[in-house]
Amino acid sequence: MATITLGSIKEQLEATAPPRALYCDFPLGRPLGEPLDPEFQHRVLESAFQLLEAEEPTIKEYDVSIPDNGDEILACPLPPRHDPDLHPALDEVRGLRPAYERAVEKYGNRIGMGRTVQLKDLEEAITALIRVTEGVPWKEAGIPGVPSRVSQDIRGYYETAALELSENAPKAWTGTRWFLKNTEAGKVLMSARQAMADSGANQPIWFYMTPGDD
Amino acid sequence: MADSDIKAMTAQIPGVDFKETSFTRPLPLNEATVAIVTSAALHHPGDEEFTMLDIGYRVLESSRHDYVLRHWSPNFDPTGFALDINTVFPIDRLQELADKKIIGKVSDQHLSYAGNQFDLSAIQLDSGPSGAQFLKDQDVDVVLLTPV
Repeated sequence: MATITLGSIKEQLEATAPPRALYCDFPLGRPLGEPLDPEFQHRVLESAFQLLEAEEPTIKEYDVSIPDNGDEILACPLPPRHDPDLHPALDEVRGLRPAYERAVEKYGNRIGMGRTVQLKDLEEAITALIRVTEGVPWKEAGIPGVPSRVSQDIRGYYETAALELSENAPKAWTGTRWFLKNTEAGKVLMSARQAMADSGANQPIWFYMTPGDD
Repeated sequence: MADSDIKAMTAQIPGVDFKETSFTRPLPLNEATVAIVTSAALHHPGDEEFTMLDIGYRVLESSRHDYVLRHWSPNFDPTGFALDINTVFPIDRLQELADKKIIGKVSDQHLSYAGNQFDLSAIQLDSGPSGAQFLKDQDVDVVLLTPV
């Protein structure tokens, strides 16, 4: 079999040295570049398949980049405060539920919930993280699984709901930044992560609760 | 946190040092059966979930588009796939190429691995060759790897 690999991290392609590689400076998670743009995706595939004509191992660079400046945040409305007796994060989760369900109806549960936390248990999961932010040791807070996996389910809920609430298809990473910086649940997650780090928990336990070094 | 920061963080993760690059000359593309192998940890609902250090693969059917993404790493944007599976798994794009006779055929089955691995030896020695044999048994001629 002949193989062609796409890749968005040039150093990894060069280190691995596959038979044929097309280096595409696209955001991580989007190897074909642009969602909902068949013409763009076909151009990438055309460049990839052209590598089959090479006479020896080759790495080519695709001529279009999709940069991410790290600043852009998805413009996405959040539901107004409804129940003042609820923690803001829990009130927000409830307010987003219709948007989440519409998005799952439209797109399927492609990135939503269900890795560790089922939809019906979402508030319980966030409540556990709230406890951590309030000083309860993370092992005693009732986090319902590996913290990074629970965090992915919560992030998946929010980023799925955002697909229905934002006017435009989100650029890469803008939804993640919106979740972590603009939402109450994102702030709880970040605080819980920091509290776990400060408590001396092993790094893999808290580090992968969010992307990167944040 | 920018995409470039995460790429910089992961760029130096050691990969497998292959002593030689296996280079196979394929059939003409318009006669070839093409399959996708992705490391996006995709599977069909109801399939065995990928565990944290799962070196195995899952089989993805061309005929079913109900793929879900269950990667263990947080270090990528998942919304492209949420909007359009072809951003990661260009199954519709390949079918369009087959309809135009640019490629011979889209394989009925494809593979997904989970890209969050640190110990690559088990994939190199076990699940990688096993997946390759699976695809060979499907008469696949060309494999497109889409990494996540």
